[in-house]
Amino acid sequence: MVNRKSCAAFAGALALIATAAYADINVGVTLSATGPAASLGIPEKNTFELLPTTIGGQKVNWIVLDDGSDTTKAVTNTKKLISEDKVDVIVGSTITPNSLAMVDVVADAETPMISMAASARIVDPANPKTKWVFKTPQSDSLMADAIAISMKANGVKTMGFIGFADGYGDGWLAEMRRSAQTAGIKIVGEEKYNRTDTSVTGQVLKLVAANPDAILIAAAGTPGATPQKELAARNYKGKIYQTHGVANPDFLRVVGKDGNGTILPIGPMLVFEQLPDSNPLKKSAAEYINKYEAKYGKDSRSTFGGHAWDAYLLLSAAIPEALKKAKPGTKEFRLALRDSLEATKELVASHGVYTMSAAEHKGLDNRARTMIKIENGKWVLAK
Amino acid sequence: MDLPIFALLAQDGITNGAVYALLALSLVLVFAVTRVIFVPSGEFVAYGTLTLAGLQLGKPPATVGLLVGMGVVAGAMEIFACVRNGEAGRIPRRVAAWTGIPCVLAGIGWWLATPELPFWAQILVTLMLVTPLGPLLYRIAYQPLAEASVLVLLIVSVAVHFALTGLGLWFFGAEGSRTPAFSASSFEVAGVNVSVQSLLVVLTSLALIVMLYVGFGYTLYGKALRATALNRVGARLVGIPPNLAGSLTFALAALLCSFAGVLIGPFTTVYYDSGFLVSLKGFVGAIIGGLVSYPLAAAGALLVGLLEAFASYWASAFKEVIVFTLIIPVLLWRSLATHHHEDDE
Repeated sequence: MVNRKSCAAFAGALALIATAAYADINVGVTLSATGPAASLGIPEKNTFELLPTTIGGQKVNWIVLDDGSDTTKAVTNTKKLISEDKVDVIVGSTITPNSLAMVDVVADAETPMISMAASARIVDPANPKTKWVFKTPQSDSLMADAIAISMKANGVKTMGFIGFADGYGDGWLAEMRRSAQTAGIKIVGEEKYNRTDTSVTGQVLKLVAANPDAILIAAAGTPGATPQKELAARNYKGKIYQTHGVANPDFLRVVGKDGNGTILPIGPMLVFEQLPDSNPLKKSAAEYINKYEAKYGKDSRSTFGGHAWDAYLLLSAAIPEALKKAKPGTKEFRLALRDSLEATKELVASHGVYTMSAAEHKGLDNRARTMIKIENGKWVLAK
Repeated sequence: MDLPIFALLAQDGITNGAVYALLALSLVLVFAVTRVIFVPSGEFVAYGTLTLAGLQLGKPPATVGLLVGMGVVAGAMEIFACVRNGEAGRIPRRVAAWTGIPCVLAGIGWWLATPELPFWAQILVTLMLVTPLGPLLYRIAYQPLAEASVLVLLIVSVAVHFALTGLGLWFFGAEGSRTPAFSASSFEVAGVNVSVQSLLVVLTSLALIVMLYVGFGYTLYGKALRATALNRVGARLVGIPPNLAGSLTFALAALLCSFAGVLIGPFTTVYYDSGFLVSLKGFVGAIIGGLVSYPLAAAGALLVGLLEAFASYWASAFKEVIVFTLIIPVLLWRSLATHHHEDDE
């Protein structure tokens, strides 16, 4: 009898342990901490190390995997996180091609996903599978409009374009064609180059020969400096625009004095000190950046880490709501989490203010962008 | 297209071609002596630039740690080999050579890495730190398999390439660097602007090619290397140690590649993984030379550089496609024009 009793007790204890483990919230993260997008993925990875381990009184496990900027690996990671780790939500990936490939997987598994990549195509409302997908960064279209508005204000009539010969450059070119047309600006040259090119002389010569009033360089990270330095060497006198993809300290280091006067759109968090106190983003951006720089050193901030932080803020607002409806680890909880993510209203995060709806899974508006200028190796809020 | 643009593109093409030529030469050199397709050559290019960029900041470059680490691994392998062959008496000398020398060089690099170091000395320190990685790599990855088939050695090379790229990310970080130009001045020849920097790149490449030619033609070590390239067994019979030949070749190749890295640093931003594409273009040049001829390989590399410059002007979106498509007619021509010998493996 004693034996049977202890057996029962043991089984009961086991069941308790099982439910305890079951009740943890598992967040699966796949990001590009190595490979071509490593300079974007590393600050994101660093940010996940800053995150608290409880949300709404519930223990949260952050399971972070590296996809090496590789699409196949991102999909494998996603499948593994869903089937083996039984995650309640997926965060990632860092870049657009990976995130697009993950959409089908999360939709089939009915697991919500928050992407940290830029393209608006990831959450295209025309695709029913994107019902499960949200994203934190500003999309290309939001930023392209900002550039077109700034160009128009600066009296630019013709522009040239040089961008990456990949999804990033192509996406920007498509958005810029649309924005430029709306603003009445003519695109007189479109050139492509690769991140690892040793020379962009040919492309730059052709652009300069077309003599546009301004040139937009659509590149991410330090490779954006290559055409810029070449333009300076060819004595190009027009305005140079960059995209928000270059906003990290390494770009400033590499571009050096040739970067002076460059204009780019950016999430206000990068220059939060220069924002007026009335801006609600000032406080929330300061909270994140102070935390980040306390651990990784002064001026280590990067806007990419902010996308990861914002994904956390979205979750920390949505999870307590979802917990009221269902237990973590269940299908019902994932659905409840998706619904409460979609119900996000006026959430002040580091990059902007999120308001989601069934037709809007990007959530950011004009408050999430501001124009800045490079002056003597510093980002300065453009007037 | 008018004359100034044509001249600028040609200048750009020749400058890049000169850098690719160094890569092509190192590929031919390594293949001729050791039958290794030197896939990781690009990593030495990246290490060269990134080491120089590290020295520019006045801090000891990350290469110092890499050098010590590889020295320790090579030393451990030597101890193991000596013990297994019952030659324990040779251990001190071997360890001194394989671990001691890299550590001493790394120490010198560490000690010299101050902001006051003049630019030419920084280049010398860079070459001093990166060149020993060549023989160390040969000792660790290739020497134990030196007799294996070309295919096995190629597979090892690919593995080494990935390992070195990973180490590059670990040691140098994900972000790229640039180095300052040797000279910012330029002069005009017949209305065409020629930058001194480009001229220096071409001249130093040319000087290295001539030095290689003289070194191989007229020095004892050069002749020994050529002998090993022609006939490994025969060279061994007349007393040329094949391991020495391998190490020496890898040292030369590492020197050429890291110098190529120093040369391209001012033109472009170099990342831990930038080298691969550069080495692929050198490889196309080397293939044009059939992986045996130095002058043809150099000419092929120059052709690649020029083609790339003009392709980037006319059709920048298809530049790489155009450059790498070049290899198809060349391979066709080679396979038709040369008599095919059955490989003895």
